Amino acid sequence: MKIIVCAKQVVDASEMKIDPNTKKPILAGLERKVNDIDKNAVEEAIKIKEKHGGSITVITVGESDARERLKELLAMGADEAILIPADGDYNVITELLAAAIKKIGEYDIILCGEASTDMFSGQVGPRLAGLLGIPQITYAHTLTVEKDKVIGERNLGDKSVTIESTMPVVVTVTKEINEPRLPSLMQILGSANKPIHEWSGESLGVTPKSMVETISLEGVSMKRKNIVFEDASDENIEKLVDNLLKEGVVG
Amino acid sequence: MQLELNEQQKMIQKMVREFAEKEIAPVASELDKKAKYPTEILKKMAKLGLLGAIIPQEYGGAGLDTISYTIIIEEISKKCASTGVITSVHNSLVSWPIMKYGNEEQKKKYLPILARGEKIGAFAGTEPNAGSDLGAMQTTAELKGDKYIINGNKTFITSGSKAGVLIVFAVTDKSLGSKGISAFIVENTMKGFKVGDTFEKMGINANHVTELIFEDMEVPKENLLGKEGEGFKIALSALDGGRIGIAAQAVGIAQAALEESIEYSKQRQQFGRPIAKFQAIQWMLADMATRIEAARQLVYKAAYAKDHKQGRYSKEAAMAKLFASETAMDAVIKAVQIHGGYGYTKEYTVERLFRDAKITEIYEGTSEVQRLVIANSLLK
Repeated sequence: MKIIVCAKQVVDASEMKIDPNTKKPILAGLERKVNDIDKNAVEEAIKIKEKHGGSITVITVGESDARERLKELLAMGADEAILIPADGDYNVITELLAAAIKKIGEYDIILCGEASTDMFSGQVGPRLAGLLGIPQITYAHTLTVEKDKVIGERNLGDKSVTIESTMPVVVTVTKEINEPRLPSLMQILGSANKPIHEWSGESLGVTPKSMVETISLEGVSMKRKNIVFEDASDENIEKLVDNLLKEGVVG
Repeated sequence: MQLELNEQQKMIQKMVREFAEKEIAPVASELDKKAKYPTEILKKMAKLGLLGAIIPQEYGGAGLDTISYTIIIEEISKKCASTGVITSVHNSLVSWPIMKYGNEEQKKKYLPILARGEKIGAFAGTEPNAGSDLGAMQTTAELKGDKYIINGNKTFITSGSKAGVLIVFAVTDKSLGSKGISAFIVENTMKGFKVGDTFEKMGINANHVTELIFEDMEVPKENLLGKEGEGFKIALSALDGGRIGIAAQAVGIAQAALEESIEYSKQRQQFGRPIAKFQAIQWMLADMATRIEAARQLVYKAAYAKDHKQGRYSKEAAMAKLFASETAMDAVIKAVQIHGGYGYTKEYTVERLFRDAKITEIYEGTSEVQRLVIANSLLK
């Protein structure tokens, strides 16, 4: 089983602050990390490999310092990594990923996170399937891989849909699908010997352009009403309930 | 000269930090309150290779450098100081002496099971009348046929009731003083091995510290570690490494105190603003952070010396342990002060940190013994 995982490097949004004056996110100096949901994709790939054998290749489009984050995924259990240094929107990312996957040639399953925690567009998986002309299962919260087919349960919020597909297939996974493992010390030590290849867009024969223009990026300010009820008297509790009903918070 | 962790050390730090956050932090307070030994955590640590961190790969360990090892102890101790000291003793005071002084058979027999965490290690040196003055120990070992017969009591033994492999020190020739002490690898299943009382302590409550009683304990001759009479040397050299582990534990406790204090002072509002806006609080945070960083660098320096210096590194280890443990005490006092009345309650982590920090100034050589070691190396 040849498995490819697409993993993105993102800023650690939990550490992100908003400039109170400009309302712009302060991105300078923020740590970068592997997109959380892409780690779920890597974990799922490892589970498939443990059951069916094969190999796992991780591909990342991003800054060249992504190399150190890729090592984490190699330590988890991926066999090799490909880094394509580039910056751009999901169009750029997907075109480069598709070109790299075509260069790899043979593959059975391509796994992606359902979306990245920075932009959360959820475009890469479906676009990739389109560019490669292969089926897709998005938002999979369970995945069963058999010899010649995959079965995924899609989490659509209010309902779950089960889809069966032939291979090759693109599967985007949700956070619920598994719990990504931590690498052991021996796996960390072993990751130093696993290859990280660097491919450029030029060498892949594609020079895609961004199609999305970001006009502004601002934090949403939340204004609180700050209504204080001094004590927990019955009267105040009634007032509180009335207020909550009026605001539509409960009801 | 490189003053930054290398890529591999950073990966190890990240992994252990995530592990401690996910697996230790949620249960640390409960383990402390119920004085429950962290058996489940240790099993998970073993799976990640953390119990065999310094054991060579040929014996099933990871064979890490000592700086990487201190990173592990710091990160574990940040969330649970008890688990930190259990890990430190297991690696520094049990695995290391076997690595250094054990013969090939002993290494093959004991290192893999310690690396896999199948048995936890303990170090039995201290006795009721032999603490800082370890040479005054009274436990005896007498060779009878193919067995040593060991009699005596040990006290304050970390993991005493849980350990499967112990390094036990006993007098084989009283006339030679400290040169008449020998070291033995003892299994808790050996005839005559008995666990005494478990101490109720001020802190590190999840670490079960006990008395051990040896009544005609039968230890096979081949379990003598090193040669007869080398016990005191083995104990002191193991304690050099152990002190680096305790120093790393102290840095972990201090770092936790700092992080809790930063978080709290940003949230806690008094006089209409977060207390972090007050200079009195800011200065305490600044002093804590500065001392912690200095302590960490001393720990790394001692760890580096252990791996690279020819001969003993007693002074470096003593300096790291002295400064880091006193930094931990200083940090937890400030942390409770910053938390005010809440910091004095068991609802807040700093209360546990306060109790846990004190022991780092006492065990594996009190601060007074560390000063003695440092002074001796200056004046020799």
